[in-house]
Amino acid sequence: MNKAVANSVRWFLVELVIYGALMAGYFFLVLSFLGSWLDRLFVNDRRDYAWIALALIIVQGVFLEALTRRLLSFIRPRMEE
Amino acid sequence: MDFPISGTHIAPLYLVVIGFVVGVLGGFFGVGGSFLVGPALFGVGVPMNFVVGTDLAHIVGKSIVAARKHRTLGNIDMKLGLIMVAGTIAGVETGAQLIQALKRTARLDWAVGLTFIVILVVISSFMTWESLATLRARPSRHRSPRTPPGGQRARQDRTAVAGISRTIHRLNLPPFVSLPVSGVERVSLWAILAVAYLGGVLSGFSGGGAGYVRLPCLIYLLGIPTHIAVGTDLFEIIISAGYGTLSHALKGNVDILIALVMHTGAAVGAQMGATLTQFFGGQRIRMAFIPLPLIGVAIMIHGLLTGHGSK
Repeated sequence: MNKAVANSVRWFLVELVIYGALMAGYFFLVLSFLGSWLDRLFVNDRRDYAWIALALIIVQGVFLEALTRRLLSFIRPRMEE
Repeated sequence: MDFPISGTHIAPLYLVVIGFVVGVLGGFFGVGGSFLVGPALFGVGVPMNFVVGTDLAHIVGKSIVAARKHRTLGNIDMKLGLIMVAGTIAGVETGAQLIQALKRTARLDWAVGLTFIVILVVISSFMTWESLATLRARPSRHRSPRTPPGGQRARQDRTAVAGISRTIHRLNLPPFVSLPVSGVERVSLWAILAVAYLGGVLSGFSGGGAGYVRLPCLIYLLGIPTHIAVGTDLFEIIISAGYGTLSHALKGNVDILIALVMHTGAAVGAQMGATLTQFFGGQRIRMAFIPLPLIGVAIMIHGLLTGHGSK
């Protein structure tokens, strides 16, 4: 079991580095543009803001789950070789 | 990074790290992590009403990641989760209305903060007592009456207070439901709804998924095996926290940008936490849970005394 745990930690560390680079790009390219638009929506149309906020977090949840799962499946076979 | 909706300036790395930590905890314990996120956001100056709503929003995304992983591990009782949604949504709305009422009194920070502290101390104390009692007890006396699905030894749960759940299972209040996945032959629907409603009120009132209340309730009151309680709680939280996010966003309590940044860290942490549950038995998971609420208490007391978030 110790070997399995050590392997898991290694997989996650490699995943973390790749994932961190992707997220840095996401912050600069997406969130910085979304900020002012969402702020205007929050002030002017609270109902639309509420639905868009919920949609954004669900879409990001599904997307990041798929991304982390694919990253793992991409990395694991190579690390086991 | 500026977050104009809540009028705060927070380093994104701080939010990512907080998200990652509560992601691991969420995946492992099936809790939203509000006992840490709440004080952590409050401590950097996010107003308390935004703390509550924003935390709920980030929990939706994180629970999607963790619940999917738990589903592959066979840790979700879908029937129980769907029944609980009804009670939780009613409770979340009650809690959100309480927040609205307190917003007008200018005592919101102290009311939510003190509620947090009392609940977390009670839960931590009870779980400490239960874990010590379980350790002292002979295994054969308190062994769960069934072997959970999968039959692995790690999943065999023992608890010193199994009598509480047996009494609740005998409650003669129709209609009744059976929960084969959780090994419960018969339980009153009202008992499940009451547990869900209690968790919902605390979720809407103090933010988060209130897993710190619901998880112990599922284990000790309804007699659900720990691993299944963790997975089912996460599944249920997706729907109830989603409703809470919508409700709080309409009331102007959600800064979705903070939630999105936190969730980038939480997504990785949730995968990691859910994977780790394979290596631990139910009793160890419960014991590891004990200090977490107390950390939240310490941070909350610091926040209240220094006055952060009371703008």
